[in-house]
Amino acid sequence: MGEAIVITSGKGGVGKTTTTANLGTALALAGKRVCLVDTDIGLRNLDVVMGLENRIIYDLVDVAQGRCTVQKALVKDKRFDDKLYLLPAAQTSDKTAVTPEQMKKLIQELKQDYDYILIDCPAGIEQGYRNAVAGADEAIVVTTPEVAAVRDADRIIGLLEKEENIRPPRLIINRIRSHMVKSGDMLDIDEIVMHLSIDLLGIIADDENVIKASNNGEPIVLDPNSKASIAYRNIARRILGESVPLQSLEEEQKGVFAKIKKFFGVR
Amino acid sequence: MNRQKQQYVTIKGTKDGLTLHLDDTCSYRDLVMELEEKLSVNQTNEPDGPLVAVHLKVGNRYLTPEQEEEIRTLIRTKKNLVVESIESNVITKEEALIWKRETEIVSVSKIVRSGQILHVQGDLLLIGDVNPGGTVIAGGNIFILGALRGIAHAGYYGNKEAVIVASVMKPMQLRISDIMNRAPDYKAEERNEMECAYVDDNNQIVVDRLQLLTHLRPHLTRLERRL
Ligand SMILES: Nc1ncnc2c1ncn2[C@@H]1O[C@H](COP(=O)(O)OP(=O)(O)O)[C@@H](O)[C@H]1O
Ligand SMILES: [Mg+2]
Repeated sequence: MGEAIVITSGKGGVGKTTTTANLGTALALAGKRVCLVDTDIGLRNLDVVMGLENRIIYDLVDVAQGRCTVQKALVKDKRFDDKLYLLPAAQTSDKTAVTPEQMKKLIQELKQDYDYILIDCPAGIEQGYRNAVAGADEAIVVTTPEVAAVRDADRIIGLLEKEENIRPPRLIINRIRSHMVKSGDMLDIDEIVMHLSIDLLGIIADDENVIKASNNGEPIVLDPNSKASIAYRNIARRILGESVPLQSLEEEQKGVFAKIKKFFGVR
Repeated sequence: MNRQKQQYVTIKGTKDGLTLHLDDTCSYRDLVMELEEKLSVNQTNEPDGPLVAVHLKVGNRYLTPEQEEEIRTLIRTKKNLVVESIESNVITKEEALIWKRETEIVSVSKIVRSGQILHVQGDLLLIGDVNPGGTVIAGGNIFILGALRGIAHAGYYGNKEAVIVASVMKPMQLRISDIMNRAPDYKAEERNEMECAYVDDNNQIVVDRLQLLTHLRPHLTRLERRL
Protein backbone atom coordinates (compact mmCIF):
# COMPACT_ATOMS: atom_id res chain seq x y z
CA MET A 1 0.00 0.00 0.00
CA GLY A 2 1.58 3.25 -1.14
CA GLU A 3 1.62 6.75 0.27
CA ALA A 4 -0.07 9.74 -1.30
CA ILE A 5 1.67 13.11 -0.85
CA VAL A 6 0.10 16.36 -1.97
CA ILE A 7 2.43 19.21 -2.95
CA THR A 8 0.73 22.53 -2.29
CA SER A 9 1.42 26.20 -1.54
CA GLY A 10 -1.55 28.52 -1.80
CA LYS A 11 0.34 30.95 -3.98
CA GLY A 12 1.05 30.21 -7.63
CA GLY A 13 4.48 30.12 -9.23
CA VAL A 14 6.45 29.12 -6.13
CA GLY A 15 7.54 25.75 -7.52
CA LYS A 16 4.88 23.10 -6.80
CA THR A 17 5.02 21.58 -10.26
CA THR A 18 8.82 21.72 -10.36
CA THR A 19 8.96 20.08 -6.94
CA THR A 20 6.47 17.36 -7.90
CA ALA A 21 8.41 16.53 -11.08
CA ASN A 22 11.79 16.44 -9.35
CA LEU A 23 10.79 14.57 -6.22
CA GLY A 24 8.90 12.03 -8.32
CA THR A 25 11.92 11.53 -10.54
CA ALA A 26 14.27 11.28 -7.56
CA LEU A 27 12.05 8.67 -5.89
CA ALA A 28 11.91 6.69 -9.13
CA LEU A 29 15.71 6.91 -9.37
CA ALA A 30 15.80 5.47 -5.85
CA GLY A 31 13.90 2.46 -7.15
CA LYS A 32 10.40 3.31 -5.99
CA ARG A 33 7.30 2.97 -8.12
CA VAL A 34 5.92 6.47 -8.46
CA CYS A 35 2.78 7.95 -9.94
CA LEU A 36 2.50 11.71 -10.48
CA VAL A 37 -1.01 13.15 -10.54
CA ASP A 38 -1.60 16.61 -12.02
CA THR A 39 -4.74 18.12 -10.47
CA ASP A 40 -4.28 21.55 -12.04
CA ILE A 41 -7.19 21.03 -14.40
CA GLY A 42 -7.31 23.73 -17.06
CA LEU A 43 -3.70 24.79 -16.52
CA ARG A 44 -1.85 21.52 -16.71
CA ASN A 45 1.92 21.68 -17.07
CA LEU A 46 3.40 18.82 -15.10
CA ASP A 47 3.41 16.86 -18.39
CA VAL A 48 5.46 19.62 -20.05
CA VAL A 49 8.02 19.78 -17.24
CA MET A 50 8.32 15.97 -17.45
CA GLY A 51 8.57 16.08 -21.25
CA LEU A 52 5.57 13.79 -21.64
CA GLU A 53 2.96 16.04 -23.22
CA ASN A 54 3.04 14.33 -26.63
CA ARG A 55 1.93 11.02 -25.22
CA ILE A 56 -1.25 12.10 -23.50
CA ILE A 57 -4.42 10.40 -24.71
CA TYR A 58 -6.74 10.38 -21.72
CA ASP A 59 -6.66 12.53 -18.60
CA LEU A 60 -7.79 12.84 -14.98
CA VAL A 61 -11.28 14.02 -15.89
CA ASP A 62 -11.78 11.05 -18.23
CA VAL A 63 -10.86 8.70 -15.41
CA ALA A 64 -12.92 10.46 -12.74
CA GLN A 65 -15.98 10.53 -14.96
CA GLY A 66 -15.57 6.90 -15.89
CA ARG A 67 -14.72 7.32 -19.57
CA CYS A 68 -11.64 5.14 -19.23
CA THR A 69 -9.69 3.15 -16.66
CA VAL A 70 -6.78 4.64 -14.71
CA GLN A 71 -4.38 2.23 -16.38
CA LYS A 72 -5.37 3.54 -19.80
CA ALA A 73 -4.86 7.17 -18.86
CA LEU A 74 -1.46 6.77 -17.18
CA VAL A 75 1.48 7.95 -19.25
CA LYS A 76 4.61 5.87 -18.76
CA ASP A 77 7.96 7.65 -18.51
CA LYS A 78 10.20 5.40 -20.63
CA ARG A 79 13.39 6.78 -19.02
CA PHE A 80 12.65 4.90 -15.84
CA ASP A 81 11.73 1.43 -16.83
CA ASP A 82 8.48 0.68 -15.11
CA LYS A 83 8.99 3.12 -12.22
CA LEU A 84 7.44 6.44 -13.15
CA TYR A 85 3.95 7.26 -14.44
CA LEU A 86 1.95 10.43 -14.91
CA LEU A 87 -1.78 10.96 -14.71
CA PRO A 88 -2.19 14.24 -16.60
CA ALA A 89 -4.78 16.93 -15.89
CA ALA A 90 -7.41 17.81 -18.49
CA GLN A 91 -6.70 20.95 -20.43
CA THR A 92 -10.24 21.70 -21.56
CA SER A 93 -12.38 21.34 -18.43
CA ASP A 94 -12.24 23.30 -15.19
CA LYS A 95 -11.63 22.36 -11.57
CA THR A 96 -15.28 21.50 -10.92
CA ALA A 97 -15.20 18.65 -13.45
CA VAL A 98 -13.85 16.42 -10.65
CA THR A 99 -15.11 16.06 -7.07
CA PRO A 100 -13.12 15.35 -3.90
CA GLU A 101 -14.96 12.03 -3.54
CA GLN A 102 -13.89 10.94 -7.02
CA MET A 103 -10.30 11.95 -6.22
CA LYS A 104 -10.31 9.98 -3.00
CA LYS A 105 -11.42 6.85 -4.81
CA LEU A 106 -8.88 7.35 -7.56
CA ILE A 107 -5.92 7.90 -5.21
CA GLN A 108 -7.00 4.91 -3.16
CA GLU A 109 -6.87 2.81 -6.32
CA LEU A 110 -3.42 4.11 -7.27
CA LYS A 111 -2.08 3.36 -3.79
CA GLN A 112 -2.57 -0.35 -4.52
CA ASP A 113 -0.05 -0.21 -7.36
CA TYR A 114 2.49 2.47 -6.45
CA ASP A 115 4.84 3.21 -3.56
CA TYR A 116 4.38 6.97 -3.87
CA ILE A 117 1.65 9.05 -5.41
CA LEU A 118 2.68 12.69 -5.73
CA ILE A 119 -0.24 15.04 -6.25
CA ASP A 120 0.53 18.41 -7.86
CA CYS A 121 -1.96 20.90 -6.43
CA PRO A 122 -3.19 24.03 -8.22
CA ALA A 123 -2.84 27.46 -6.61
CA GLY A 124 -5.69 28.74 -4.45
CA ILE A 125 -7.88 27.29 -1.75
CA GLU A 126 -11.00 26.45 -3.74
CA GLN A 127 -12.20 23.24 -5.29
CA GLY A 128 -8.89 22.52 -7.05
CA TYR A 129 -7.18 22.50 -3.66
CA ARG A 130 -9.90 20.35 -2.11
CA ASN A 131 -9.60 17.84 -4.94
CA ALA A 132 -5.84 17.67 -4.53
CA VAL A 133 -5.86 17.03 -0.78
CA ALA A 134 -8.86 14.69 -0.78
CA GLY A 135 -6.92 11.45 -1.06
CA ALA A 136 -3.61 12.52 0.48
CA ASP A 137 -1.91 10.99 3.53
CA GLU A 138 0.82 13.59 3.69
CA ALA A 139 1.35 17.16 2.58
CA ILE A 140 4.39 19.14 1.51
CA VAL A 141 4.01 22.91 1.56
CA VAL A 142 6.25 24.82 -0.84
CA THR A 143 7.08 28.45 -0.26
CA THR A 144 9.63 31.00 -1.39
CA PRO A 145 11.37 33.48 0.95
CA GLU A 146 8.84 36.20 0.18
CA VAL A 147 6.29 37.66 2.57
CA ALA A 148 3.28 36.97 0.33
CA ALA A 149 4.28 33.36 -0.31
CA VAL A 150 4.87 32.71 3.39
CA ARG A 151 1.50 34.28 4.24
CA ASP A 152 -0.26 31.97 1.79
CA ALA A 153 1.71 28.99 3.07
CA ASP A 154 0.49 29.84 6.58
CA ARG A 155 -3.10 29.93 5.33
CA ILE A 156 -2.70 26.55 3.62
CA ILE A 157 -1.07 25.00 6.69
CA GLY A 158 -4.06 26.15 8.73
CA LEU A 159 -6.37 24.38 6.29
CA LEU A 160 -4.22 21.25 6.15
CA GLU A 161 -4.15 21.00 9.93
CA LYS A 162 -7.93 20.63 9.83
CA GLU A 163 -7.72 17.58 7.55
CA GLU A 164 -7.99 14.59 9.83
CA ASN A 165 -6.44 12.09 7.44
CA ILE A 166 -3.32 14.10 6.63
CA ARG A 167 -0.22 14.00 8.79
CA PRO A 168 1.29 17.34 9.92
CA PRO A 169 2.57 19.10 6.80
CA ARG A 170 6.28 19.57 6.07
CA LEU A 171 7.95 22.55 4.45
CA ILE A 172 10.16 23.14 1.43
CA ILE A 173 11.61 26.61 0.92
CA ASN A 174 12.37 27.12 -2.76
CA ARG A 175 14.25 29.71 -4.82
CA ILE A 176 16.54 30.97 -2.08
CA ARG A 177 19.04 33.56 -3.21
CA SER A 178 21.70 33.61 -0.59
CA HIS A 179 23.00 37.08 -1.42
CA MET A 180 19.51 38.54 -0.92
CA VAL A 181 19.06 36.72 2.37
CA LYS A 182 22.43 38.02 3.51
CA SER A 183 21.60 41.60 2.60
CA GLY A 184 18.29 41.32 4.44
CA ASP A 185 16.21 41.69 1.27
CA MET A 186 14.77 38.20 1.65
CA LEU A 187 13.35 36.47 4.68
CA ASP A 188 15.87 34.14 6.23
CA ILE A 189 15.14 30.46 6.57
CA ASP A 190 15.16 30.45 10.33
CA GLU A 191 12.61 33.24 10.39
CA ILE A 192 10.28 31.36 8.02
CA VAL A 193 10.52 28.08 9.90
CA MET A 194 9.90 29.78 13.25
CA HIS A 195 6.95 31.63 11.88
CA LEU A 196 5.27 28.66 10.20
CA SER A 197 6.42 26.27 12.92
CA ILE A 198 6.28 23.08 10.91
CA ASP A 199 9.13 20.68 10.11
CA LEU A 200 11.53 21.77 7.41
CA LEU A 201 11.98 19.10 4.75
CA GLY A 202 14.51 20.96 2.65
CA ILE A 203 15.68 24.13 0.97
CA ILE A 204 16.43 24.72 -2.70
CA ALA A 205 18.50 27.48 -4.17
CA ASP A 206 17.28 29.68 -6.96
CA ASP A 207 19.04 28.21 -9.98
CA GLU A 208 18.48 29.09 -13.62
CA ASN A 209 19.35 25.54 -14.59
CA VAL A 210 16.02 24.52 -13.02
CA ILE A 211 14.20 26.65 -15.57
CA LYS A 212 16.33 25.40 -18.46
CA ALA A 213 15.78 21.80 -17.44
CA SER A 214 12.03 22.28 -17.14
CA ASN A 215 11.90 23.86 -20.57
CA ASN A 216 13.66 20.81 -21.99
CA GLY A 217 11.28 18.41 -20.29
CA GLU A 218 14.18 16.95 -18.28
CA PRO A 219 13.77 17.48 -14.54
CA ILE A 220 16.93 19.03 -13.03
CA VAL A 221 17.33 16.07 -10.71
CA LEU A 222 18.62 14.07 -13.72
CA ASP A 223 21.68 16.35 -13.79
CA PRO A 224 23.93 14.88 -11.10
CA ASN A 225 25.99 18.02 -10.57
CA SER A 226 23.64 20.92 -10.05
CA LYS A 227 22.98 22.09 -6.52
CA ALA A 228 19.23 22.06 -6.98
CA SER A 229 19.51 18.45 -8.10
CA ILE A 230 21.35 17.45 -4.93
CA ALA A 231 18.80 19.33 -2.85
CA TYR A 232 15.91 17.47 -4.49
CA ARG A 233 17.62 14.10 -4.06
CA ASN A 234 18.21 14.84 -0.41
CA ILE A 235 14.57 15.72 0.08
CA ALA A 236 13.60 12.45 -1.58
CA ARG A 237 15.88 10.59 0.82
CA ARG A 238 14.26 12.37 3.75
CA ILE A 239 10.85 11.32 2.44
CA LEU A 240 12.19 7.76 2.37
CA GLY A 241 13.01 8.12 6.03
CA GLU A 242 16.79 8.70 5.91
CA SER A 243 18.20 11.47 8.04
CA VAL A 244 20.19 13.68 5.71
CA PRO A 245 21.69 16.93 6.98
CA LEU A 246 20.87 20.10 5.11
CA GLN A 247 23.21 20.40 2.13
CA SER A 248 22.69 22.95 -0.51
CA LEU A 249 23.37 26.40 0.82
CA GLU A 250 25.39 25.92 3.92
CA GLU A 251 28.73 27.01 2.48
CA GLU A 252 27.33 30.45 1.90
CA GLN A 253 25.12 30.52 4.95
CA LYS A 254 26.95 29.00 7.84
CA GLY A 255 25.05 31.06 10.43
CA VAL A 256 21.68 30.05 9.13
CA PHE A 257 22.75 26.45 8.86
CA ALA A 258 23.78 26.29 12.47
CA LYS A 259 20.34 27.48 13.48
CA ILE A 260 18.57 25.05 11.19
CA LYS A 261 20.52 22.03 12.28
CA LYS A 262 18.37 21.71 15.33
CA PHE A 263 15.33 21.02 13.21
CA PHE A 264 17.00 17.93 11.88
CA GLY A 265 18.74 17.01 15.05
CA VAL A 266 15.49 15.79 16.54
CA ARG A 267 14.84 13.26 13.79
CA MET B 1 -58.39 41.06 56.33
CA ASN B 2 -55.34 40.24 58.34
CA ARG B 3 -52.89 40.38 55.48
CA GLN B 4 -51.11 43.25 57.13
CA LYS B 5 -49.88 40.97 59.89
CA GLN B 6 -48.33 38.51 57.51
CA GLN B 7 -45.53 40.89 56.66
CA TYR B 8 -44.57 39.71 53.18
CA VAL B 9 -43.09 43.15 52.63
CA THR B 10 -40.73 44.86 55.07
CA ILE B 11 -39.73 48.44 54.37
CA LYS B 12 -36.60 50.01 55.74
CA GLY B 13 -35.43 53.53 55.19
CA THR B 14 -31.71 54.03 54.57
CA LYS B 15 -29.61 56.95 53.47
CA ASP B 16 -29.77 55.56 49.92
CA GLY B 17 -33.57 55.55 49.88
CA LEU B 18 -35.89 52.69 50.71
CA THR B 19 -34.98 49.03 50.94
CA LEU B 20 -37.86 46.63 50.48
CA HIS B 21 -37.39 43.06 51.68
CA LEU B 22 -39.88 40.84 49.87
CA ASP B 23 -40.83 37.45 51.29
CA ASP B 24 -39.72 34.62 49.00
CA THR B 25 -42.11 31.87 50.13
CA CYS B 26 -45.55 33.39 49.54
CA SER B 27 -47.21 33.41 46.12
CA TYR B 28 -46.29 36.14 43.69
CA ARG B 29 -49.89 37.42 43.60
CA ASP B 30 -50.04 37.78 47.41
CA LEU B 31 -46.75 39.61 47.30
CA VAL B 32 -47.92 42.09 44.71
CA MET B 33 -51.15 42.72 46.57
CA GLU B 34 -49.37 43.44 49.82
CA LEU B 35 -46.83 45.64 48.07
CA GLU B 36 -49.67 47.64 46.57
CA GLU B 37 -51.34 48.06 49.97
CA LYS B 38 -48.18 48.88 51.91
CA LEU B 39 -47.03 51.49 49.46
CA SER B 40 -50.45 53.13 49.34
CA VAL B 41 -50.53 53.36 53.13
CA ASN B 42 -46.99 54.59 53.42
CA GLN B 43 -47.37 57.24 50.78
CA THR B 44 -46.71 60.01 53.21
CA ASN B 45 -44.15 61.98 51.21
CA GLU B 46 -45.27 65.09 49.45
CA PRO B 47 -46.03 64.12 45.85
CA ASP B 48 -43.75 66.73 44.29
CA GLY B 49 -40.71 65.91 46.44
CA PRO B 50 -37.47 64.52 45.06
CA LEU B 51 -37.37 60.96 43.65
CA VAL B 52 -36.69 58.28 46.24
CA ALA B 53 -34.64 55.27 45.16
CA VAL B 54 -36.07 51.89 46.01
CA HIS B 55 -33.90 48.80 46.41
CA LEU B 56 -35.68 45.49 46.26
CA LYS B 57 -34.30 42.39 47.91
CA VAL B 58 -36.29 39.38 46.76
CA GLY B 59 -34.30 36.61 48.46
CA ASN B 60 -34.57 33.20 46.85
CA ARG B 61 -37.39 34.18 44.54
CA TYR B 62 -36.86 34.19 40.79
CA LEU B 63 -38.67 37.05 39.08
CA THR B 64 -39.34 36.73 35.36
CA PRO B 65 -38.60 39.85 33.30
CA GLU B 66 -42.40 40.40 33.05
CA GLN B 67 -42.81 40.19 36.83
CA GLU B 68 -39.89 42.57 37.35
CA GLU B 69 -41.52 45.00 34.98
CA GLU B 70 -44.86 44.71 36.76
CA ILE B 71 -43.28 45.50 40.12
CA ARG B 72 -41.28 48.39 38.70
CA THR B 73 -44.41 49.88 37.19
CA LEU B 74 -46.39 49.35 40.37
CA ILE B 75 -43.79 51.16 42.44
CA ARG B 76 -43.34 53.93 39.88
CA THR B 77 -47.06 54.72 40.09
CA LYS B 78 -46.50 55.57 43.75
CA LYS B 79 -45.55 59.07 42.75
CA ASN B 80 -41.94 59.74 43.68
CA LEU B 81 -40.67 56.18 44.13
CA VAL B 82 -38.43 54.59 41.54
CA VAL B 83 -36.84 51.15 41.56
CA GLU B 84 -33.10 51.38 41.36
CA SER B 85 -32.10 47.78 41.94
CA ILE B 86 -33.60 44.34 42.25
CA GLU B 87 -31.42 41.85 44.00
CA SER B 88 -32.14 38.15 43.90
CA ASN B 89 -30.14 35.22 45.20
CA VAL B 90 -31.11 33.11 42.21
CA ILE B 91 -30.57 33.23 38.45
CA THR B 92 -31.74 30.85 35.75
CA LYS B 93 -29.51 28.11 34.41
CA GLU B 94 -29.38 29.92 31.10
CA GLU B 95 -28.17 33.14 32.72
CA ALA B 96 -25.64 31.13 34.70
CA LEU B 97 -24.25 29.60 31.53
CA ILE B 98 -24.00 32.97 29.82
CA TRP B 99 -22.29 34.37 32.89
CA LYS B 100 -19.86 31.47 32.92
CA ARG B 101 -19.08 31.91 29.24
CA GLU B 102 -18.54 35.63 29.66
CA THR B 103 -16.26 35.39 32.64
CA GLU B 104 -14.34 32.16 32.18
CA ILE B 105 -10.83 32.04 30.81
CA VAL B 106 -10.69 29.87 27.74
CA SER B 107 -7.26 28.32 27.21
CA VAL B 108 -6.40 27.40 23.65
CA SER B 109 -3.15 25.83 22.53
CA LYS B 110 -2.65 26.43 18.83
CA ILE B 111 -1.21 28.72 16.20
CA VAL B 112 -3.86 31.01 14.79
CA ARG B 113 -2.78 31.14 11.16
CA SER B 114 -3.53 33.51 8.30
CA GLY B 115 -7.25 33.56 7.54
CA GLN B 116 -8.25 31.90 10.80
CA ILE B 117 -10.45 33.54 13.45
CA LEU B 118 -10.52 32.41 17.07
CA HIS B 119 -13.47 33.89 19.00
CA VAL B 120 -14.28 33.34 22.68
CA GLN B 121 -16.93 34.97 24.88
CA GLY B 122 -14.82 35.49 28.00
CA ASP B 123 -11.08 35.88 28.43
CA LEU B 124 -8.70 34.16 26.04
CA LEU B 125 -5.46 32.53 27.10
CA LEU B 126 -3.69 31.57 23.89
CA ILE B 127 -0.70 29.29 24.16
CA GLY B 128 0.82 29.85 20.74
CA ASP B 129 1.18 32.58 18.13
CA VAL B 130 -1.22 34.68 16.13
CA ASN B 131 0.35 34.87 12.68
CA PRO B 132 -0.11 37.79 10.26
CA GLY B 133 -3.61 37.61 8.82
CA GLY B 134 -4.89 35.61 11.81
CA THR B 135 -7.45 37.10 14.23
CA VAL B 136 -8.28 36.52 17.90
CA ILE B 137 -11.44 37.98 19.43
CA ALA B 138 -12.55 37.91 23.07
CA GLY B 139 -15.44 39.41 24.98
CA GLY B 140 -12.95 39.96 27.80
CA ASN B 141 -9.16 40.14 27.96
CA ILE B 142 -6.65 38.48 25.66
CA PHE B 143 -3.47 36.92 27.03
CA ILE B 144 -1.06 35.49 24.48
CA LEU B 145 1.85 33.29 25.55
CA GLY B 146 3.53 33.67 22.20
CA ALA B 147 3.83 36.21 19.44
CA LEU B 148 0.96 38.44 18.39
CA ARG B 149 1.58 39.26 14.72
CA GLY B 150 -2.01 39.37 13.51
CA ILE B 151 -5.13 41.11 14.79
CA ALA B 152 -6.40 41.02 18.38
CA HIS B 153 -9.77 42.40 19.45
CA ALA B 154 -10.48 42.45 23.20
CA GLY B 155 -13.64 43.69 24.91
CA TYR B 156 -15.51 42.78 21.75
CA TYR B 157 -18.96 43.54 23.18
CA GLY B 158 -18.02 47.03 24.31
CA ASN B 159 -15.74 46.59 27.31
CA LYS B 160 -13.10 49.33 27.23
CA GLU B 161 -11.47 48.03 30.39
CA ALA B 162 -10.31 44.91 28.54
CA VAL B 163 -6.59 44.48 27.87
CA ILE B 164 -4.40 42.62 25.42
CA VAL B 165 -1.19 41.03 26.66
CA ALA B 166 1.41 39.26 24.53
CA SER B 167 4.89 37.86 25.05
CA VAL B 168 5.87 39.35 21.70
CA MET B 169 3.74 42.32 20.73
CA LYS B 170 4.03 42.89 16.97
CA PRO B 171 0.40 43.18 15.90
CA MET B 172 -1.03 44.21 12.54
CA GLN B 173 -3.92 45.77 14.43
CA LEU B 174 -5.15 46.11 18.01
CA ARG B 175 -8.79 46.70 18.88
CA ILE B 176 -10.32 47.19 22.29
CA SER B 177 -14.10 47.66 22.32
CA ASP B 178 -14.69 49.99 19.33
CA ILE B 179 -11.27 51.61 19.45
CA MET B 180 -8.68 50.67 16.87
CA ASN B 181 -4.95 51.06 16.63
CA ARG B 182 -3.02 50.18 13.52
CA ALA B 183 0.56 49.00 13.59
CA PRO B 184 3.02 51.77 12.79
CA ASP B 185 4.18 51.79 9.18
CA TYR B 186 7.81 51.87 10.17
CA LYS B 187 9.38 48.74 11.57
CA ALA B 188 9.60 49.00 15.32
CA GLU B 189 12.69 47.49 16.86
CA GLU B 190 12.18 44.12 18.48
CA ARG B 191 11.53 44.44 22.19
CA ASN B 192 12.21 41.49 24.36
CA GLU B 193 9.70 41.95 27.09
CA MET B 194 6.06 41.15 27.55
CA GLU B 195 3.78 44.02 26.74
CA CYS B 196 0.18 44.98 27.31
CA ALA B 197 -2.27 47.16 25.42
CA TYR B 198 -5.07 49.10 27.10
CA VAL B 199 -7.33 52.10 26.54
CA ASP B 200 -5.99 55.19 28.31
CA ASP B 201 -7.81 58.30 29.56
CA ASN B 202 -7.65 59.87 26.10
CA ASN B 203 -9.60 56.95 24.68
CA GLN B 204 -6.60 55.66 22.81
CA ILE B 205 -4.92 52.31 22.76
CA VAL B 206 -1.44 52.40 24.23
CA VAL B 207 1.13 49.64 24.42
CA ASP B 208 3.38 49.51 27.43
CA ARG B 209 5.24 47.28 29.86
CA LEU B 210 3.17 44.43 31.25
CA GLN B 211 3.99 45.40 34.83
CA LEU B 212 1.88 48.57 34.55
CA LEU B 213 -1.30 46.49 34.51
CA THR B 214 -1.17 45.90 38.25
CA HIS B 215 -1.85 49.59 38.71
CA LEU B 216 -4.03 50.22 35.68
CA ARG B 217 -6.34 47.24 36.00
CA PRO B 218 -6.19 46.09 39.62
CA HIS B 219 -9.38 44.06 39.18
CA LEU B 220 -8.07 41.85 36.41
CA THR B 221 -8.17 38.89 38.75
CA ARG B 222 -11.14 36.65 38.14
CA LEU B 223 -12.20 36.17 41.74
CA GLU B 224 -13.09 39.80 42.08
CA ARG B 225 -15.47 39.79 39.17
CA ARG B 226 -19.19 39.76 39.59
CA LEU B 227 -22.40 39.54 37.56
N1 LIG C 1 14.62 26.52 -7.59
C1 LIG C 1 14.29 27.22 -8.68
N2 LIG C 1 15.17 28.02 -9.31
C2 LIG C 1 14.81 28.72 -10.39
N3 LIG C 1 13.59 28.67 -10.94
C3 LIG C 1 12.65 27.91 -10.38
C4 LIG C 1 12.94 27.14 -9.22
N4 LIG C 1 11.81 26.46 -8.89
C5 LIG C 1 10.86 26.82 -9.79
N5 LIG C 1 11.36 27.67 -10.69
C6 LIG C 1 10.64 28.29 -11.81
O1 LIG C 1 9.55 29.03 -11.30
C7 LIG C 1 8.45 28.96 -12.18
C8 LIG C 1 7.23 28.47 -11.44
O2 LIG C 1 7.45 27.14 -11.01
P1 LIG C 1 6.28 26.07 -10.96
O3 LIG C 1 6.86 24.81 -10.48
O4 LIG C 1 5.54 26.02 -12.25
O5 LIG C 1 5.37 26.73 -9.86
P2 LIG C 1 3.87 26.35 -9.41
O6 LIG C 1 3.59 24.96 -9.87
O7 LIG C 1 3.91 26.48 -7.92
O8 LIG C 1 2.97 27.35 -10.03
C9 LIG C 1 8.85 28.03 -13.31
O9 LIG C 1 9.27 28.81 -14.40
C10 LIG C 1 10.00 27.26 -12.72
O10 LIG C 1 10.92 26.82 -13.69
MG1 LIG D 1 1.89 24.28 -11.11
